[in-house]
Amino acid sequence: MKLVFERGLEGQFQKIMPECDVPVYEGSDAFKREGKLNLPHLSENELSRHYTEIAKRVHGVNDGFYPLGSCTMKYNPKINEDMAALTGFTGIHPLQPTYSVQGCLEALKVTEEYLAEIAGMDAVTLQPAAGAHGEFTGLLLIKKYLESIGAAERKKIIVPDSAHGTNPASAVMCGFEIVNIPSGEDGCVDLEALKKAVGPDTAGLMLTNPNTVGVFDKNILQITEIVHEAGGLCYYDGANLNAVMGVVRPGDMGFDCIHINLHKTFSTPHGGGGPGSGPVGCKAFLAKYLPGIRVAELEEGLVAGTAEETMGNVKAFGGNFLVVIKAMTYIMTLGREGIPEASKNAVLNANYMMSRLKDLYTMAYDVTCMHEFVMTLDKLHKETGISALDIAKGLLDNGIHPPTMYFPLIVHEALMIEPTETESKESIDAAVEVFRNLYHMAYENPEALHEAPTKTPVRRLDEVRAARTPILKYDFNA
Amino acid sequence: MYPKDLLYSKTHEWVKKNEDGTVYVGLTDFAQSELGELVFVNLPEEGDAVTAEESFADVESVKAVSDVNSPVTGTVIAVNEELLDAPQNINEQPYDAWLIQVGDVEGFEDLMDADAYEAFIAEQ
Repeated sequence: MKLVFERGLEGQFQKIMPECDVPVYEGSDAFKREGKLNLPHLSENELSRHYTEIAKRVHGVNDGFYPLGSCTMKYNPKINEDMAALTGFTGIHPLQPTYSVQGCLEALKVTEEYLAEIAGMDAVTLQPAAGAHGEFTGLLLIKKYLESIGAAERKKIIVPDSAHGTNPASAVMCGFEIVNIPSGEDGCVDLEALKKAVGPDTAGLMLTNPNTVGVFDKNILQITEIVHEAGGLCYYDGANLNAVMGVVRPGDMGFDCIHINLHKTFSTPHGGGGPGSGPVGCKAFLAKYLPGIRVAELEEGLVAGTAEETMGNVKAFGGNFLVVIKAMTYIMTLGREGIPEASKNAVLNANYMMSRLKDLYTMAYDVTCMHEFVMTLDKLHKETGISALDIAKGLLDNGIHPPTMYFPLIVHEALMIEPTETESKESIDAAVEVFRNLYHMAYENPEALHEAPTKTPVRRLDEVRAARTPILKYDFNA
Repeated sequence: MYPKDLLYSKTHEWVKKNEDGTVYVGLTDFAQSELGELVFVNLPEEGDAVTAEESFADVESVKAVSDVNSPVTGTVIAVNEELLDAPQNINEQPYDAWLIQVGDVEGFEDLMDADAYEAFIAEQ
């Protein structure tokens, strides 16, 4: 299809601004544009068609099943959008006097309180813009704290080998060094390896629980105790919070700080539909370092200040404010009963789907799972030549977004499936049939699967060329 | 598949001993086939110290980024910079595409010979 720059004709574009009726200020020559502006020339109608055409070529949760493990691609209720579109939220400016935005400040405060309660933390900042940004912020809290107690020499952050790649990346960005520890046979933290890894140089541990293979680490209290006894802090990666929200609290597991992905767990748009939001929660002793605005209630009303020894800002103003409004709406809609019910249904759906597939597919860890499960297609691959990638491509032809592939790295030919609570039994049953058919097809007609996908707008992409020689901008002179 | 004149580590790196006492270090055929087609390689610099069983480089395939552990302890005396532009050499000729040359080498004890490595792979 044509790019937006390749459509339309010169001079044919939106003209909604009235004619300029004041003298034009030319400005300094030093700042004058030399080249052409190269804006697209499209009428509103054409522009609408352009984006509709793009929308038809993508797959979102509004199109069908989207079991992308560790990403929690749940359906986002439309009421979230309605609330975030209220002019009281959209028609404000962050530098407005606080007496005129009391409702917005209250929304921030209420959401912070909800998230703190769900996470088992004492304070929350809504400023970080996404998950990894939250990790970065949480690690800066740990760093500030260690510096304040004269323990700046503690430089090592421990991460298990099943961790999301963002964990070590965020830690390195904060100036920490990484210690990788292997997982045990059951995919959980190897306590002996952890005991060996901790020491006087330990700054902390980063962990998700349930972990990346969808198993709740039953030793979690021991794990956080080992780290605390060694003088380190415990960071909870909230990527998998959807499995436990309202049921158990990371704060009660012994974690000192956490980030929460609103775009995963709290039903705000995700992926291309973002932006995201990655609030960070912490225990009281870290709260004085929190970034951004802190809303406080005084006699004259709500005011926006900062934490005592704030690290500064990690993003402008209140973070992605309208995303926060969507998450607040979601929490209010579900309420105290609905939040844990959503988690329990997520776990139920994953276990149902796993139990309906495990007579054919090999489960990497054949235990009761949490909100997601990991299959290993190693045997299928060796017997038929059909890889996890081929099955993923076969799913595309059946209107299903592929699961997360080749992750975690400790599982060979991994497919990581997270159905989420918002799928009905009907849609899960339909997906199960597709997975089962593809399995049989791998043995009966592997050539056809190697050819997949055949029904998508584009066939197999040349991933190697895309990575080695990406074209990242449109060349107007080409 | 497993050249006899090389030594192998459990994390799938090979070591080739040179007559001058230095060694070449690379990734085994098994490693490259597990990783899939490589798209980037990050290498250390000449003069860097490498420690046995610790990461000295990373390789990125279309699947993932992985650490490459050093099979020996020593000092990097040469880096195969050709790989920076042609990481596919590791996929195409894993035993020719050395990553680094190491001098002042210690720590051959824990490495396997070709037969032991072949048996090790069979267990995987």
